[in-house]
Amino acid sequence: MKKIELHTPISEKNIRKLNVGDRVFLSGTIITARDSAHRRMMKYIAEKRSIPFPLEGMALYHCGPLVKAHGDEWLVLAAGPTTSMRMEPFEAEIIENLGVRLIIGKGGMGGKTREAMKRYGAAYAAFTGGAAVLAAKRIKRVIDVKWLDLGLPEAVWIFEADRFGPLIIGIDSYGRSLYEEVRAKTLRRLNRIVEDRDL
Amino acid sequence: MEKIFKLDEEDEYYVPFSRLAENLDLRNLIEKLTVNLLRLAVTELPADVKKALKDAYRKERNPIGKIQLKAILENIQLAEEERIPICQDTGLISFYVKVGSEFRGLSKIEEALIEGVKRATVEIPLRPNAVNPFTQRNTDNNTGRHVPCIHWSIIDGNYLEITAFPKGGGSENMCALRILKPAEGLSGLKRFIIESVVNAGGMPCPPTIIGVGVGGTSDMAMNLAKKALLRPINKSHSDPFIAELERDLLRAVNSTGVGPMGLGGDSTALALKIEYAHRHPASYPVAIAFQCWAARRATARVYSDGRVECLSHKDRNLV
Ligand code: SF4
Repeated sequence: MKKIELHTPISEKNIRKLNVGDRVFLSGTIITARDSAHRRMMKYIAEKRSIPFPLEGMALYHCGPLVKAHGDEWLVLAAGPTTSMRMEPFEAEIIENLGVRLIIGKGGMGGKTREAMKRYGAAYAAFTGGAAVLAAKRIKRVIDVKWLDLGLPEAVWIFEADRFGPLIIGIDSYGRSLYEEVRAKTLRRLNRIVEDRDL
Repeated sequence: MEKIFKLDEEDEYYVPFSRLAENLDLRNLIEKLTVNLLRLAVTELPADVKKALKDAYRKERNPIGKIQLKAILENIQLAEEERIPICQDTGLISFYVKVGSEFRGLSKIEEALIEGVKRATVEIPLRPNAVNPFTQRNTDNNTGRHVPCIHWSIIDGNYLEITAFPKGGGSENMCALRILKPAEGLSGLKRFIIESVVNAGGMPCPPTIIGVGVGGTSDMAMNLAKKALLRPINKSHSDPFIAELERDLLRAVNSTGVGPMGLGGDSTALALKIEYAHRHPASYPVAIAFQCWAARRATARVYSDGRVECLSHKDRNLV
């Protein structure tokens, strides 16, 4: 298993070097977006308005962090990933229009996103679900927060991260998906269990 | 004349709650206890869960699965050391309350639990997770219509036992209920469970604990599945037949290869627990409740003299 250090902004060349199963640590800018932020980004794209944070070459993290205001600053207490599949209807268009290179989340994404990743050069990385304090430890500071009107977890948090990980590449830019491979294997095993036990 | 009740063989005699209500500010005691139970629950997993995760890490053969389990163990330790919630999704909050039949301050408990949740949301903090399903408005304090979910049971004796059970959305979303045909019986039940685990894949943040409720009415089946999750990991069902079924199904589930976070591996579930009720001749309800690896629960017993004992975690001062 390869261990790779990545920095934002990520070039297409560097994304194309990643393969399913690689272990990655990411440094630089990570931008969070959950359901509401995705919906708003889609609206902005449709209305051809410019989005108030840079996504070109960046990492988009499916995360609604637990934060605490501390004077003028924000402290990130816990920032694990949320289920990425909820963002499936939006992500392909966001990759296409906004140039995101790395999506971070949990549980993987579907065929539409996989195809967009192949075509435009992006990848999906899994961060261990629930390992929220570990994630927060690797976030050095909150650079900015946008769209706070969406509520604290749904707002867009712009983090500076130092060796954020371990991330596992779940979908690469060649159309391979670890999730689909594991799924196919578990379905085969399920059939075998059902046959063996005559269920 | 007040009756004196006996608790355990070696326990002393305790004054019933009827007298406690006069002497003690029960309302405040329980509110404070609620905050501290939630804090304990969300920051520190019970010893049985931690042990099961460590065992899973030791046994895991898939390198990606092993990385996931290592991250989980590191995370648990960090959360515990720094008193920070283990996972940012601090869940929708449930309480399981067992209350001694002699207790008179019943109405105060609910109010104290609700106020405790509001305080805990700010003080710990917890992520505000109570949303109106029609207006989509978040109450911002984790309380609302029917939440926290409070499950009451009346017991003999004169103490009160509260279990705080915050449960995250990722695993809750995978809960499943199916009313099988009675002819499908035990094989139908086994098949449904193994299929559900494979279908859920990485969504409920495996390795999970799987609660299974069989029989009763549809709502009771799910209730039993949830109750099964409260049973300590090392404790099998008291009926040897059910206990063997639990072990057998756990083996089957772990042979599917779903693995930690659904990325492949040996550790798909840490435990599988079954509870059952008698069923109607025409129906065979089976409910499956998934609990993610962040299996957060904390239990305390309040004695009638105001003494509070933590049952889920060792030597913890909760008030
Ligand atoms: S399923 Fe559990 S561990 Fe995973 S994100 Fe939700 S609460 Fe956290």
